[in-house]
Amino acid sequence: MMIILQIILFIASAPLLSGLITKIKNNLRMRKGQSVLQPYYNLAKLFSKDEVISETASWIFRVTPFVVLSSVLVAAMLIPVFIFVSPAHKIGDFLVLVFIFALGRFFLALSALDTASSFGGMGASREMFISSLVEPALCLVILAVSLQFGSTDISAFSGVHTITVSSVVAALALLLITLAETSRIPVDNQETHLELTMVHEAMVLEYSGRSLALIEVASYIKQLIFFFLIAQIIFPIGLLSGNLTQIIFWFLWYLVRLGIIAIIVALVEVSVAKMRLFRVADFLGFAFVLGIVATVCAILGV
Amino acid sequence: MLNFLTKNIFLFDPLSLFFLAVIFIVSLPSLIYSFNYLQGEYPAVKIMLAQVLLFAFVLSMALVVSVNNCLIFLIFWELMSLVSYFLVVFDTKNVKSIQAGLIYIVMTHIGTAFIIAAFMILHNHAHSFDFFAIKNACQLMPSQTKNIVFLLFLIGFGTKAGIVPLHIWLPYAHPQAPSHISSIMSGVMIKTAIYGIIRFVMFILGVNSSWWGTLVLILAIISCLVGVIYALMEHDIKRLLAYHSVENIGIILLGVGLSMFFISLNLSYLAVFSLIAGLYHLINHAIFKGLLFLCAGSVYKATGTRDIEKLGGLIKKMPQTAAYFLIGAMAISALPPLNGFVSEWLTLQAFFLGASNVIGGNKLFLGLCAAMLALTSGLAAACFVKAFGITFLARPRSHYAESAKEVALSMRIGMLILAILIIIFGLAAALVIKLLAKVSGSALGIDISSMSFSLNNFTLSPQIAKSTYLSTPVLALWLIVFGIIGFVIYRIFGRGKSVIYKTWDCGYYKLDSRNEYTATAFSKPFRVAFSFFLLPYRKTQKIRESFYHIKSFSYETHTTKVFKKYIYDPVLVMVFKTAKSMRRIQPGSIHLYLGYIFITLLLLIIFMGQF
Repeated sequence: MMIILQIILFIASAPLLSGLITKIKNNLRMRKGQSVLQPYYNLAKLFSKDEVISETASWIFRVTPFVVLSSVLVAAMLIPVFIFVSPAHKIGDFLVLVFIFALGRFFLALSALDTASSFGGMGASREMFISSLVEPALCLVILAVSLQFGSTDISAFSGVHTITVSSVVAALALLLITLAETSRIPVDNQETHLELTMVHEAMVLEYSGRSLALIEVASYIKQLIFFFLIAQIIFPIGLLSGNLTQIIFWFLWYLVRLGIIAIIVALVEVSVAKMRLFRVADFLGFAFVLGIVATVCAILGV
Repeated sequence: MLNFLTKNIFLFDPLSLFFLAVIFIVSLPSLIYSFNYLQGEYPAVKIMLAQVLLFAFVLSMALVVSVNNCLIFLIFWELMSLVSYFLVVFDTKNVKSIQAGLIYIVMTHIGTAFIIAAFMILHNHAHSFDFFAIKNACQLMPSQTKNIVFLLFLIGFGTKAGIVPLHIWLPYAHPQAPSHISSIMSGVMIKTAIYGIIRFVMFILGVNSSWWGTLVLILAIISCLVGVIYALMEHDIKRLLAYHSVENIGIILLGVGLSMFFISLNLSYLAVFSLIAGLYHLINHAIFKGLLFLCAGSVYKATGTRDIEKLGGLIKKMPQTAAYFLIGAMAISALPPLNGFVSEWLTLQAFFLGASNVIGGNKLFLGLCAAMLALTSGLAAACFVKAFGITFLARPRSHYAESAKEVALSMRIGMLILAILIIIFGLAAALVIKLLAKVSGSALGIDISSMSFSLNNFTLSPQIAKSTYLSTPVLALWLIVFGIIGFVIYRIFGRGKSVIYKTWDCGYYKLDSRNEYTATAFSKPFRVAFSFFLLPYRKTQKIRESFYHIKSFSYETHTTKVFKKYIYDPVLVMVFKTAKSMRRIQPGSIHLYLGYIFITLLLLIIFMGQF
């Protein structure tokens, strides 16, 4: 029951986070900006639109939105947000999360190649390039975290724990990884539709209408999951007992944490420029080094 | 010495039985596949020869893993190498096959020479070729000798397994054989080398010092990365798969090496667990690589080319082959809930468990190994997006691909069996692990009756009672359930209709297969990022009509094969040089030769008198 509630809450609140970041960015740039609810309007619009499917596309193109959505929903199920120990935690751990995201990405990249458009191919190639460089850094972050909490299970570090140097560095590395995984500046730019610079947007270029809406929802949820993980590592507090005041307090604290990370990401996005693709390797190399530092700190016990 | 003729020469312990199972699991579908595959490719006599060779090949491999005597092991090992050589050069009209065969036979005999040397040292100590006699004698062996024997075995079996830098023959030989043979060679034959390492190094010799495990781990990591990076650059679909064998042998050796590492540290539970991970990946790789080679063979049979740049759009012409290839590609890219995912997860988990149980700098070493494994799996996923996407999706890039048709029944059955096995080995992981625990325990000589192995309860440190779980069937179930929910939302809430129309082409209206992304373009970011290792170079040629107008433009890009250029080619040059200078003492005069014989005889008499 709690799982279903969590999933629904995830789907419902994930677009809000994106809207919030866009709003903060716009305000930082001295613009009025669109409403925080704009992502919802976009989704509603997409659902009511006709869908164009490329004539060269095969069934891969048609099933991809469902595979992508279901992979992030399973991932959302694995992490304990409103419950101390997710009842679903027996399905998999932090490492499984990585592989599940890989499943969605694999299909998205294939569907991009499926339409015979060079933009899709370019997007697929770059996305796979970036994601393969993300993996080692992410692996080290998981190692650093699990060395501290004794298990790769996500519920292991969702309880109350003290903040250590290792978890701060790990969270920083995870932040860089998140920028890459959720296609944000300086790795990618969600706002651009300039063909030669987009990565994620190029992959989903051929999608429209309902299918695009599903893929968008999936990427909002993926973003929320990554933000949640960072928040959990750096501002740790879990739900201790089930009484109502605690749940309300915890929910507010949850929103505040996500808000803080949203502000950080928005600040990063307005203050740095997008990198060339081949400098992304250096950027993720830095995340990898941070991962090593976090691991060393975890080994030293600080 | 010939008393083995009367004695029982077979050994069927769990390790041997496991490898027998691996051999037959892949060989049977390949045999079924071969009926329609060979039809029409070769004349009837040659098909018969191919089948006889196939049987001899499978039989020799089965005997290699089930004898209990080094000498007989060597005989069947050699038989296996020779039969597989004949299968590599089966396409006698093709010059490439002959060349590949030559490289293969030379490399494999270099490997065998090292194995023979190791056996001779062992025999010198044990005065027997029997496995158990040697095993007993090894307990009293000085550790210096043990180290030498270990290195000899590592080089000898490493050559057969194709670990870097001894992998040089693998990408030549595997693609040249008929596809069902490639599938057995890549899926099974190179695994006999892993059998050799487990049997002779871990079972008989016994791990002596911790640098053995460290050395194997480092070699394994290098194999993983080199294999996958070369695979990314490759556009010949069978050679791409062959390079992935180098990568996957690396992943298997990560499990094996980790197990050696833990034995030397007396962490017996972890040693058994790591070997389980390695063996699990071994059988998984046998299945999915077998399947992928069969699919590649189907593509070759249907189109007549192995160059993926000339393919494309095959998913519509060959829907079943495409589906099987997709399953294989997903498995090798370690995507849940298929089998490759389970074994990679186990290997990563073994590293993590190790990192929290060893002390000091070893923690970081294991962590870095795990990170490199993660990088490998990311690169492998990228490579298979390329392999599947360029071969099967989008528009056909040439008339080869346009005229393709789905392959005949027996080929599809062969592929279907392996595809089903991939799913079974993914979903029934908990069961497989229990079986493998017995194999692993008996290979290491560790009593596992007090240990429990399952996909549940991985506790990194016993102080904090938090366990990790993995359940692939439930994972698969939820993936399907959420997929269906997504579909329901799509059908109920979406009001618009679907229109089939041209791909967006910036208003150009002339989009054809020449506008598609190519495999070369797809791998470009990787070529640039790994340019320090790949040393790419390109040739561009512009033919101008006038200063302003370019008539044609050609672009070629290649990567430098570092190991061939900087290790093998210099050695080859040196061998030829030595041979040339040696020719001076061989001028063709019979008198001189008689003189040589006389001098040799004299030296031998002196030698005999001396000792």
